[in-house]
Amino acid sequence: MRLTLYIWRQKSTTDKGRFVKYEVENASPEMSFLEMLDMLNRQLIERGGEPVAFEHDCREGICGCCGMVINGIANGPAGGTTVCQLYMRHFKDGAVLYIEPWRSRAFPVIKDLVVDRSALDRIMQAGGFISVRTGSAPEAHTILVSKETAELAMDAAECTGCGACVAACPNGAAMLFVAAKISHLGLLPQGQPERDRRAQAMVRQMDREGFGGCSNHRECEAVCPKRISIRFIARANRDFLRASLFYSKSASGKAGATGKTKRCFEK
Amino acid sequence: MELDPRIPGGPLEEKWIRYRKTVKLISPANKRNFTVVVVGTGLAGASVAAALAELGYNVLAFCYQDSSRRAHSIAAQGGINAAKNYQNDGDSVFRLFSETVIGGDFRSREANVYRLAELSGVIIDQCVAQGVPFAREYSGYLANRSFGGSLVSRTFYCRGQTGQQLLLGAYSALCRQIGLGRVKLFPRTEMLDLVVAGGRARGIVTRDLVTGSIAAHAADAVLLATGGYANIFFLSTNAKGCNATAIWRAYRRGAGFANPCFVQVHPTCIPQSGEYQSKLTLMSESLRNDGRIWVPKRKGDTREPSEIPENERDYFLERMYASYGNLAPRDMASRAVKRVCDMGYGVGPSGRGVYLDLTEAVARLGGDLLRERYGNLFEIYERITGRDPLKAPMRIYPAPHYTMGGLWVDYGLQSTIPGLFVLGEANFSDHGANRLGASALLQGLADGYFIVPYTLGEYFAGTVLDGVSPAGRPFVDAQKEVQERVARLVAVQGRRTVDSFHRKLGALLWEHCGISRSEAGLRTAIEEIRALRREFWEDVRVPGKTTEFNQELEKAGRVADYLELAELMCRDALAREESCGCHFREEFQTSDGEPFKDDGRFCHVAVWEYMGDDREPVRHAEPLTFETVKPEDRAQYASQGYTRSRRK
Repeated sequence: MRLTLYIWRQKSTTDKGRFVKYEVENASPEMSFLEMLDMLNRQLIERGGEPVAFEHDCREGICGCCGMVINGIANGPAGGTTVCQLYMRHFKDGAVLYIEPWRSRAFPVIKDLVVDRSALDRIMQAGGFISVRTGSAPEAHTILVSKETAELAMDAAECTGCGACVAACPNGAAMLFVAAKISHLGLLPQGQPERDRRAQAMVRQMDREGFGGCSNHRECEAVCPKRISIRFIARANRDFLRASLFYSKSASGKAGATGKTKRCFEK
Repeated sequence: MELDPRIPGGPLEEKWIRYRKTVKLISPANKRNFTVVVVGTGLAGASVAAALAELGYNVLAFCYQDSSRRAHSIAAQGGINAAKNYQNDGDSVFRLFSETVIGGDFRSREANVYRLAELSGVIIDQCVAQGVPFAREYSGYLANRSFGGSLVSRTFYCRGQTGQQLLLGAYSALCRQIGLGRVKLFPRTEMLDLVVAGGRARGIVTRDLVTGSIAAHAADAVLLATGGYANIFFLSTNAKGCNATAIWRAYRRGAGFANPCFVQVHPTCIPQSGEYQSKLTLMSESLRNDGRIWVPKRKGDTREPSEIPENERDYFLERMYASYGNLAPRDMASRAVKRVCDMGYGVGPSGRGVYLDLTEAVARLGGDLLRERYGNLFEIYERITGRDPLKAPMRIYPAPHYTMGGLWVDYGLQSTIPGLFVLGEANFSDHGANRLGASALLQGLADGYFIVPYTLGEYFAGTVLDGVSPAGRPFVDAQKEVQERVARLVAVQGRRTVDSFHRKLGALLWEHCGISRSEAGLRTAIEEIRALRREFWEDVRVPGKTTEFNQELEKAGRVADYLELAELMCRDALAREESCGCHFREEFQTSDGEPFKDDGRFCHVAVWEYMGDDREPVRHAEPLTFETVKPEDRAQYASQGYTRSRRK
């Protein structure tokens, strides 16, 4: 296969960046997209050039490292896949491909196709957990979870944190990522005590990181490698709303409590 | 080198209980005065960092990935074993223990293995409490499945993504501690050396992968949870970034390296499709329950499989192993597959593949049932190869998957360097010469959540640690060495890419130190590895600078270390004059091709000590004794249905 690639090259976060044209010959339909880039990089290095920086690790679609926008679509045209599991047989011989990093204000470019996604980690650090100390867990069978709930929670929990949803969203929203975690933990009985607090903390951190808001474009679920549904966004919005109405950090059962804390008992 | 395993006294079932009863403790207020470095954030690293921070220690955690959620534990598919006996099918701690010892072919340390089995139950409790969405029955209770030939159902799972969910559980616990300010995380930071001061591990030297800056971090103890080194083969089921640099640098600073030649090869992976291939993907071994494995009877037969009539097919596993058939233990199956391919019967463009044919199962069970059973595997296979396994036979080939070898540790998971602890796949302790399926995840979490939080306290309580500063002599020296080494890599400016060396090293090891090994082959390999190492330092090309984001430089450092470790693997394989578990020496087999084990001479852990670049490493041995399940009773266990080397 012969391909013409226009790849975004950017030396560092502060560099302006531009597209550079490359011709690739001898690509094979059995190659993964990343192996095609490996081949290009080998040629670049052997000719004394600088290889294209791109992120990757497990190359089996689960670690969430890799990701790039190919001809305007996050992770390319095949859908429901990461770019490491995208194979060249999905492209025509002679294709012209524009390859860019994830584009979002919250994801500064580090180099070429590599972006800084640490904002997603900070959202997790704000509340994406169940506060259980090591060693204090009860016997596993004391917590029953219906099969349907466990399966639904698993649908959400499959999120790999790759950031494709953010890259695809016209608003640069991270709602699918945040909603997946709020739903995964909020569906399970173990996650109930912190459900309100979690929803609020994660959404607030998301806003602080400079992600946009969700306006139901559904681009995120279209590119999600794990096909996570935007129904979880509706669920997370409900949780957030509920938390905003009823949850207060200053909740107190003692006399003199404010009207706000009284509301907290209504739930 | 002193190898005292420091196993507590008393009967096997009471050792860990006794240890915990008498372990020295650090008072809650005093814990914050200790700083601990944790390298790696997979199951072992994330869990230990979170558990120690919860106790009150200051934790510095490091990972080379952009996020601590991406370590390769995430790719484990099948499940995690625990002796809960929820199925009432006769499981017990003792049974999980004995299966692990037998699976490891009596080359693991009995006391460690028992503790692993003992802790399996609380690990499940912990994970459930964290919100890991394990598979459930309709009743709401936890579901189990049986795994690779075990006689009981004790494997807990989350679809085909158990590793991912367990890691995300540990990651969430770690995130909580980072948010609370008790763990400081250094993502995109790679450990390039260990700092030993006053005979103790007191810190590490790291490179910031974004800016290239090299820094030293001082601590009171260093914990390595950096995983295995199967990626040394270039084509393996490991992630591309998996590396041995941390444990190799520790070895060069005085930590003993145990059983480096023990590498588990998985028989059912998707074969290489071309020279550009970068990675091999695992297909669960469970497929062999319903598939028949064959090659054409004629060499180089390029006909489509459907055009090859029944009488021109060689179902070689059924032919060679009448009793096991297609379910031959994985080391035997891997060897047989490689042998028929080496003889020229292999299929596919590379000739390195055999058919795994589900046609009969489709006729017997129907495609729908098979899809229900193996749906996600079929999807992976079809995505990668573009072929539907129900329409044409799958092609499979073995691939390196897991390394049982690693840094030597005592019962408390401390290496031969005081203050250096090693957890998870990076150590050697629990799996002997072969790992049981669904036990890798178990070990990572046991080491991290429930073992090191105790044994580290014991170390601190019994040790007087002098103050150290990153500005002190050993730190500055180590930093300087790292700087020089990094600069040397870039200075070569040869003609060949780092990958070309890695690929060649992998091919060499696969040929001579892979599924089957021979004295002549290993000697050749050692010579060729040395030549390749020289060539690397003369002809490698690392573009760019050391003070910037430079992925080729990262790879170059890792491959340079692999080029040294590879030689040690071959030496170890050469010195172990027997066949056991994953290690098959052609000279040591019975007349019918069965491995010949030599418990008299080799029932020990081989531990290698680094003596300097210009001297040969020295091999030490830690003798292994078995009090409950004994090697001589192997035949008896076999007759009870225990089988060797079973995994996912």
